[in-house]
Amino acid sequence: MKQLVKGNIALCEGAIAAGCKAYFGYPITPQNEVPAHMSKRMVELGRVFLQAESELAAVNMVLGASAAGYRAMTSSSSPGISLKQEGISYLAGMELPAVIANIQRGGPGLGNIAGSQADYFQAVKGGGHGDYRMIVLAPYSVQEMYDHAYLAFELADKYRNPVMLLTDGVVGQMMEPIEARAGNLDAEKKYFNKDWVLDGCAGRKPRLLRSLLMAEGDLEKHNRELEKKYKSMSSDEVRFESLETDDAEIVVVAYGISARVAKTAVKKARQEGIKAGLIRPVTLWPFPSKTINENARSGRKFLVAEMNLGQMVEDVKLAVSGRCPVEFLGRPGGGLVNEQEIFENIQAMKG
Amino acid sequence: MEAREKELRKVYGKPEALTSTPHLYCPGCGHGIIHRLVAEAIDELGVRERTIGIAPVGCAVFAYDYFNVDVSEAPHGRPPAVATGIKRVSPEKIVFTYQGDGDLAAIGTAETVHAANRGENITVIFVNNANYGMTGGQMAPTTIIGQKTTTTPFGREAKRDGYPIKVCELLSSLEGVSYLERVAVNNPKNVIKAKKAIKKAFENQVAEKGFSLVEVLSQCPVDWGMTPKDAIKWVEETMMKVFPLGVYKDKGSI
Ligand SMILES: Cc1ncc(C[n+]2csc(CCOP(=O)(O)OP(=O)(O)O)c2C)c(N)n1
Ligand code: SF4
Repeated sequence: MKQLVKGNIALCEGAIAAGCKAYFGYPITPQNEVPAHMSKRMVELGRVFLQAESELAAVNMVLGASAAGYRAMTSSSSPGISLKQEGISYLAGMELPAVIANIQRGGPGLGNIAGSQADYFQAVKGGGHGDYRMIVLAPYSVQEMYDHAYLAFELADKYRNPVMLLTDGVVGQMMEPIEARAGNLDAEKKYFNKDWVLDGCAGRKPRLLRSLLMAEGDLEKHNRELEKKYKSMSSDEVRFESLETDDAEIVVVAYGISARVAKTAVKKARQEGIKAGLIRPVTLWPFPSKTINENARSGRKFLVAEMNLGQMVEDVKLAVSGRCPVEFLGRPGGGLVNEQEIFENIQAMKG
Repeated sequence: MEAREKELRKVYGKPEALTSTPHLYCPGCGHGIIHRLVAEAIDELGVRERTIGIAPVGCAVFAYDYFNVDVSEAPHGRPPAVATGIKRVSPEKIVFTYQGDGDLAAIGTAETVHAANRGENITVIFVNNANYGMTGGQMAPTTIIGQKTTTTPFGREAKRDGYPIKVCELLSSLEGVSYLERVAVNNPKNVIKAKKAIKKAFENQVAEKGFSLVEVLSQCPVDWGMTPKDAIKWVEETMMKVFPLGVYKDKGSI
């Protein structure tokens, strides 16, 4: 049965279905529905909800809950996500699974509370310190908010790594019907083989979770192990959607809410007889570079649409490797890229 | 021979909750004594196999090599948040943090105050050595007025640097707090008292009484630039005046 819900609520329900045992958060618009909904649902389910004193504290509470072996998440919006970077770096270094949702708003600084895509760099290039990688999922519908929340927990456990859901205030606030999963996972169970969790050393040697490796060569070894993991994420976890790219002369690349708008613009272009297509990265890291590269055939042009001053466009250019022109259409400050603008850009590029 | 063996009784030894790893602490450092007291308390309460410790960032960062229990690292100042996360999902575990004054009362002040205020059922061992030991003896929030450190070369001056934070006094007004005591490890008598306080802070957790913190005045001879003997004297003559020993709160005894 389909239910009509807001994106932020779908995110919560996806996490609950995935057996999320603990949610720690701090209020910030436009993600306030998440802590509000979780404060009710988690308590009703006998799970853990806690309003932390800051985003720093919240992410470190997630770290603790994860160290104890349970599925845990936090959510915030851009300024709060900046505060979570410390914890994300430690989660990566300590190899702890966790889910962090960023319902992006405009920046820099306090910016505004409108939907935005200005945190792409922070999310995919390592907003925290150190050499780490994190899978970044970019839901573009309310259904995907639900599905990706669930998926994020699976991927986090699979790789013992933090996973970010990077979405924006528009997807967070919009209402659409969603299909929920039939069965919910048990939040008391430890999924995947968690032979590393801290649950007291009864009948075994004490365990240690840390990121500090001071002995000569130890950190390098650890970095190399992480690298292996990141490589397997890169080869196995790339997700994208492509639409009418086979014969496309103009390939639009957009993610999240911008991809929704771009889809309509591409359809309109097709109706007007322009061979346009769309590649929508669903994972922003690992990035669908291979697909974009394969699509970069001579005679084609790329158009990247984002709600920022140009961030993902750099990764698209890297993937295209100079073989095709790459143009950029961006709107910073919390405004949506609009369908007509994308359409007109496609038209102009057609020449 | 057999009769003789029967007469032998173990009166002193390494607590099970301590590993055999030699400590890297400086000669005369208080951390080693405090580690032992924590380990003895864990052993005596029989909770070693369900204890999870949180190591700080500070000289005790390697506490995980010394405590024979499960241990997690935490970012600098965040042990109370990490402990909260662990304790909330596994309330049957005994969770303690071990933190220095920079960790607990500077960068981690918010985490400390709010864990205390929520009455998190955890045990906090707070080592006050009036400076930042690990990074080479800089001013800590607990550095006393006039004390020279590498970042107060002319002595701490209230006008520029503020005043030493008295953690027990500060936290004593919070309703969520169950137990606060300040102790020292400068002589055998005080070590025995410190042990009692630390044990009580763990007992409170077992009895689900809420947030318990023991502040231990601890000597840091190397960064104070003193001999171990003079460092003990400085704890007695200078630190104890600013940080009086005693029980600052005990909800359980009401
Ligand atoms: C975010 C961050 N800032 C600074 C440091 C550097 N640092 C490491 S230990 C420390 C001070 C520790 O002092 P304290 O907590 O008093 O413990 P002690 O070493 O005296 O036992 C500092 C500032 C760090 N590791 N992380
Ligand atoms: S610097 Fe001070 S606190 Fe650190 S180990 Fe040496 S004596 Fe102990």
